[in-house]
Amino acid sequence: MKSFEYAIPSSLEEASSLLAQSWGETEILAGGTDLVTSLKQQVTAPKRVVSLRNISSLKGITVQRQSVRIGAMTTLADLTANSAVKEHFPALVKAVQGIGSQQIISAGTVGGDLCQRPRCWYYRNGFGLFGKQGDTSLVLEGDNRYHAIFGNEGPAYFVSASSLGPALIALGATLKISGTKGKTREVAAREFFRTPKSESERETVLRPNEILFEITIPIRGLKNATYEVRHRQGLDWPYVTATVSFALKGGTASNASVVLGHVAPVPWPSAAASKALNGARIDASLAAKCGQAATEGAKPLSGNAYKLQLVKTAVKRAVLDAAAAA
Amino acid sequence: MATAKWPAIDKRTLIGKRIDRADGPVKAAGVARYSFDINRPGMLWAKLVVSPHARAELVSIDVSEAASMPGVKATWKDDSLLGKEVQYIGQIVAAVAAETEEIAQEAAGKVKAQYKPLAHQANDRDPTLSKDKPATRNTGNVDEAFAKADVKVEGEYGIPVITHCCLESHGQVAELRNDELHVWPSTQAVSSYADVSISDASGVPRNKIRVDCQYMGGGFGSKFNPGKWGVISSALAKQAGRPVKLMLDRDLELMIAGNRPSAFAKIKVGAMKDGTLTAMETEVWGTAGMGGGVPQQIPYVIDRIPNVRLTAKRIQTNRGPAAAWRAPNHPQSCFLTMSALADTAAALKMDELEFFLKAVQLSARAEVYSEELRIAADLIGYKQKAHLRGDPSGGSVKRGLGMSVHTWGGRGHPSECDVTINPDGSVEAKLGSQDLGTGNRTVIAIVVAETLGLPLEAVRIEIGRNAYPTSGGSGGSTTVGGVSTSSRFAATDALNALFAVVAPKMGVQPDALEANGGYIRQIDKPDNRISWRNACALLGVNSITKRGVNVPGESEKQGFISQGVGGVQMADVSVDIETGVATINEMVAVQDCGMIIDLKTAESQVYGSLIMGVAYALYEEAIYDLKTGRMLNADMEFYRLSGLKDVGKLKVHMMTSKAYDDRGIIGLGEPPVISPGAAIANAVANAVGVRVPHLPLTPDRVIAALQKGGII
Repeated sequence: MKSFEYAIPSSLEEASSLLAQSWGETEILAGGTDLVTSLKQQVTAPKRVVSLRNISSLKGITVQRQSVRIGAMTTLADLTANSAVKEHFPALVKAVQGIGSQQIISAGTVGGDLCQRPRCWYYRNGFGLFGKQGDTSLVLEGDNRYHAIFGNEGPAYFVSASSLGPALIALGATLKISGTKGKTREVAAREFFRTPKSESERETVLRPNEILFEITIPIRGLKNATYEVRHRQGLDWPYVTATVSFALKGGTASNASVVLGHVAPVPWPSAAASKALNGARIDASLAAKCGQAATEGAKPLSGNAYKLQLVKTAVKRAVLDAAAAA
Repeated sequence: MATAKWPAIDKRTLIGKRIDRADGPVKAAGVARYSFDINRPGMLWAKLVVSPHARAELVSIDVSEAASMPGVKATWKDDSLLGKEVQYIGQIVAAVAAETEEIAQEAAGKVKAQYKPLAHQANDRDPTLSKDKPATRNTGNVDEAFAKADVKVEGEYGIPVITHCCLESHGQVAELRNDELHVWPSTQAVSSYADVSISDASGVPRNKIRVDCQYMGGGFGSKFNPGKWGVISSALAKQAGRPVKLMLDRDLELMIAGNRPSAFAKIKVGAMKDGTLTAMETEVWGTAGMGGGVPQQIPYVIDRIPNVRLTAKRIQTNRGPAAAWRAPNHPQSCFLTMSALADTAAALKMDELEFFLKAVQLSARAEVYSEELRIAADLIGYKQKAHLRGDPSGGSVKRGLGMSVHTWGGRGHPSECDVTINPDGSVEAKLGSQDLGTGNRTVIAIVVAETLGLPLEAVRIEIGRNAYPTSGGSGGSTTVGGVSTSSRFAATDALNALFAVVAPKMGVQPDALEANGGYIRQIDKPDNRISWRNACALLGVNSITKRGVNVPGESEKQGFISQGVGGVQMADVSVDIETGVATINEMVAVQDCGMIIDLKTAESQVYGSLIMGVAYALYEEAIYDLKTGRMLNADMEFYRLSGLKDVGKLKVHMMTSKAYDDRGIIGLGEPPVISPGAAIANAVANAVGVRVPHLPLTPDRVIAALQKGGII
């Protein structure tokens, strides 16, 4: 870890003004569960770290009639303890529980989860965001068992590490971003993530001096569920996740959204799987068909074709779990 | 007069009971100070500079910029490597010591080492990469036996390199004071730790090196010597004139502090229809880094198969070096053998228990294994749950049982112990042994207290310093036999010396006395007694100190200790064939280890082994990038260990009947960690109907095997 200046502003505007205009010069500290590791691994070495901990407006959950507003500094533990979140968004609760570590759930924040950097082991071992040595992609030539099967045209082959991203997209969430001079903008959760094309880009649409400050999830009475394929029961990354949400009337689904996690550089909405759900009666065979549809367009790398089977299963089970939920 | 002979089972007050470990409370409360916790006044922090190349010529090392950084107090570089090859990523070339850990880290980044990169080799999966003449073994007539066999079963199996992943990493704090070198290492061998390497590095003769290790967080065979980190911290402490702490960071701990060699094998088994094993042919290969060898005990335990051929090929790789890992070579040999045997049972469509009951007749201890197999089968509910290979029930979750057998030596090591009885009645035992977390303190206390007829609390145990009488390193399951015997001898001699003082006052000969329940009493007239305290008061101002010496060969002849144990383990697993996720429902371990000193800590050893075994069966693997030679998962994020929720229900059964007890003490550290990989892999095969050939049994491997077998 290299020495850095540490700033603890008390307003969003002040925080933005402390952030540099290019990536890497400054970093935002939320819960620290990712940033501190990144500092130690020296995958980032900022001159200044800007903590959001003293900006009180960023913490807490406001439940309204038609939406739930979540401050970006709300901890994952507080998120899952909220009764409205538990009632309306079981997919989100399950996604948090999947993190498996009480320490990370207690310290980690909603905003931090969405903005965390990839866990690609080439990236974390100092081969850059794309895991390259010279012109060679170490990911393609090396061990890519945990890498992307979708959206992997390169140079990014990592998978988005966000636990909440897929669920927030499936639930139709909107994210609020604050810039300099108090300017704010809104983006849909599904527009928030993007695949970087160069080392100077990051995995979201945030600009270097912008701060994600609030997440709004509409209450739409959708059935929703997340299913994770995970090996260890404690702290661990899932191999594949699937979040589904749909309206259910008389056994028939509509307004469906299926979003996969840990399969692409971004949370991966599956249009084919959503299509398979819409207008269909939910039963085991439809769920299986939906799982199969979710694999459409996948292009496994040399060592991760097994993920296709996991996608099939995760989507199938998420569909059935959502339909079975009260 | 007291005799050292172990007391009869019905006369024991402490030995063999379930007794809580002496240092449980201080560990649970976080009060126990491990080497990593030692902070000395004015202490500096050291950080290492390591090779980023898997293989390169080291051209130059320049520490001048680092040395001139404010806060940097000493630097070290390995000039002996100049012009020579560094052979793996993480190989240490230099180090710095500074006022804070952060400054040291930053300074380490300013050391300039120049390399000429050379082609490296990191692949351990391809036997043609072996450059050595293969080791071979040939018994009987293998070709003829295969020609006559009813079935020939061929398979390929593999168990990867795993690391020790000690929760407390390797390293020490070093301090030069009054011409002495004081070190606080995390070590398994307190008495022998102060070797020539740290003596040379510090310029302090070995007899002036003071070693202190009261608590240590795991070694598993990798922490006997100071290592390069010990040498460097000693040198830096000398140079700076201040104490230096050098403990490995997690990544280096996993990369360079030792690992367990891999073993891959093609195995062919010949058998008759009734399950009689007639032949086994094995080609085995694997890596231990640049040195070491490859496990060759195949067939394992079932080693009286009449016709056997083995070819073993070592593959040298530019990876961190191997170190003894709990039961060196046994887990690999066991996994390879037991997998091939279970596949043979499956090919014969034979019940696996019946098959193994027959197979163990070809072992050195057929009766022991037979008895243990039957006990394990009862404990796991074998009759109710067993099915031939492939769970016939519907649904995506398949359940299966698997088993394995193992062996180990475990004869006690040389050990010396001083037991002192003081005039105020207090008692202490001192020996240069160490407690790795296994219960060594507790065991010594039990033996001394039992010998003196005192409660446990009356005995103070002093270990962890090389100033105390020399005792062996804790490796190879040798500690309990060594320290129990030396402390028994010392306590017995001390007691007899006390009897000699007390006897005249009681009007009897010393040989008429015994110590029991806090009294010295006349054996055939127990009412003639004197309390321990009053007896000791008769010593006046002089303590009694007696030294007990365990000479393993002698003690074995006299029945105090022995060697050679057998164990059986069974696993009950569930496998979700749609996700490839294998989980443990239950593990059963049946184990003999001769006479048991503390049943509770003995059982704990086995529980710990099962947990460690679940980890290497399901999760652990050192993953290397072949192109760069870098270990990709040198962290605890993708180097996975089992958590509490992953280990299932664990049942431990120790063989404690008189016949086992009569053998004397045998060590237990290694044996129970040998079988879990084999038992779990066999259970997974039994559940899903096909062999998943390589550990760990991760979803990707399970799915690949299911797809290959046409199951999904």
